[in-house]
Amino acid sequence: MATLTFSSYIAKRIALTVVSIFIIISFNFFLFRVLPGNPITLLYRSPRLTLNQEKSLAIQFGLNKPEWEQYLLYIRNALEGNFGISFYYKVSVTSELIPALENSLVLLIPATIISVLLGIFTGVFSAWRENSKTDVAVLQTAMAFYAMPTFWLGGIFILLAIYIGGIPVAGEYSVGSTSILNLLEHMALPLLTLVLVYYGQFTIMMRNSLRDVLSEDYIVTAYAKGADSRRILYTHAVPNAMLPMISLIAINLGLMVTGAILVETVFSWPGIGYMIYEAIGHLDYPMLQGAFIIVTFSVVLANLLADMIYGMVDPRIRYK
Amino acid sequence: MSEATGMSRHIAESSGHIAASAMDFWKRYRKNKIGVAGLGIIIFFTVMAVFAPLISPYNPNLINSSLYLSPPSAAHLLGTNQLGQDLLSLNFYGARISLIVGFAAAAISVIVGLVIGLYSGYFGGWADEILMRVTDFFLVIPTLVFMIVIAAVIGPSLLNVILVIGLLSWPSTARTIRSMVLSIKNWPFIESATINGGKSNYIIFRHIAPNVFPVVFANAVMSVASAIFAQASLVFLGVGDVTDISWGGIIHGAFAFGAVTSGMWWYVIPPGLFIILVILGFTMTGYSLEEMFNPKKRGF
Repeated sequence: MATLTFSSYIAKRIALTVVSIFIIISFNFFLFRVLPGNPITLLYRSPRLTLNQEKSLAIQFGLNKPEWEQYLLYIRNALEGNFGISFYYKVSVTSELIPALENSLVLLIPATIISVLLGIFTGVFSAWRENSKTDVAVLQTAMAFYAMPTFWLGGIFILLAIYIGGIPVAGEYSVGSTSILNLLEHMALPLLTLVLVYYGQFTIMMRNSLRDVLSEDYIVTAYAKGADSRRILYTHAVPNAMLPMISLIAINLGLMVTGAILVETVFSWPGIGYMIYEAIGHLDYPMLQGAFIIVTFSVVLANLLADMIYGMVDPRIRYK
Repeated sequence: MSEATGMSRHIAESSGHIAASAMDFWKRYRKNKIGVAGLGIIIFFTVMAVFAPLISPYNPNLINSSLYLSPPSAAHLLGTNQLGQDLLSLNFYGARISLIVGFAAAAISVIVGLVIGLYSGYFGGWADEILMRVTDFFLVIPTLVFMIVIAAVIGPSLLNVILVIGLLSWPSTARTIRSMVLSIKNWPFIESATINGGKSNYIIFRHIAPNVFPVVFANAVMSVASAIFAQASLVFLGVGDVTDISWGGIIHGAFAFGAVTSGMWWYVIPPGLFIILVILGFTMTGYSLEEMFNPKKRGF
């Protein structure tokens, strides 16, 4: 195939992202319309809303217009961030979801960074001692945590915290408090749960990636030249082994988000995951739909970002 | 007439051949410690599920309001839940839903993944291109969120949960099969079958499918683990039929009725341990099968 320049590589990724976002929006539109029951009742009409709210929804989403016009209006509204009015909170879905998204990121970003770092560290440790008892022990520990249901491990930590006492097990802040220290206290357990369940996959990826790199010719050459083995590991092998990690981390973001939903529910952390849990209980369909679109958008965009970074740091990806 | 006897002899021979190779396979499998341990765990939980009425000390549906969240005792080894139901019996019965959902959803996802993987790998072209984009999409998207939205809208029956998990989990199988088909279709015997005028469907199902089948089988066993995981997560979040007895549902109850924050470890720990064990059982078995079927992975 012809040589891809960096800009055409990026253009292709952006095009795929746009297609993904279009699929997500269309999927949502049709999901609520192919199903039995009245879609309008599921999304735009509820005894809990006021008459004025229902009227403005009918205008915004063109509910008395033909289906294809509703579809176009739906896409426009979704791109503008209008997902209707929450049945439970009786305000626009977006106004509830934006602060929730921020709260989720406060938890998810440090959790991802720590899991990746811990995964890289343990993976390097394991690959360097390949097939030794340490290697097997590191892998088994990682697998054991990975096999644990996220919500169950969270429950175990709550049991322990209550036994020890003094560690908050629910919410983001204590009532009336906004201090960083208070936030960190509340974050400790959800963060620990997320990191423990998700670092293992990065350990295994890093171990296998580094193992492959260590068998490459240029590593053998470095040995033959008499280079120090630690120097070979840290200046030649590890940086190259980390390249495929970038795209693997991107692919696993969806998994981290799933974990965050469960962890937020366990620790009543006021993020999008907890909103989804509450929306299930309240049968708040507009909220559920809005949360779904915002979560999937975020993951798709994060992937685009990872693809761009990958394209910048690894020139090989541009020439396919 | 003679053709018919020839045919039946052929069938008898080939079934004898299958039995012999199954024995041979078992001899090899038996040497794999991880695989045998995994299979043992699966058998353990299957027995638990089938004989739940015999081994459970109580009828799990029996409600006794005087036993609200009681701690473990001689009569109720794992205590009781908020309805006074015996938790030990609930945990035994919970194996049923996990295994039913696990097997049924895995069957759906593997069959769909197999057919799509075979066709797109064999024919290539635009259909293949679309498949690859769809699987990319599914690999990136948080599938659980997808499942929550669909299950919440179509209603929470057991069948719906099975369908949602099964129909959203096929892309990774399809991708694996597709890449295998891409290499198999260049093998000389496929070429000669094509030259001899074999129809596409005949070649796909008669010649290619048997060659991918071992990997499909290993893949299916692993899929059971992920389906069980998905079902437990969905029920924990309150998606699914809450009256069905399942391990995820017991954990959901433990959180919803404050058993966890009251330190009632006997309520929340056992169902989680069962989930971990059954998932490990299927993962270990699937991993060992893959190792045996895939010569490249042998000796790892």
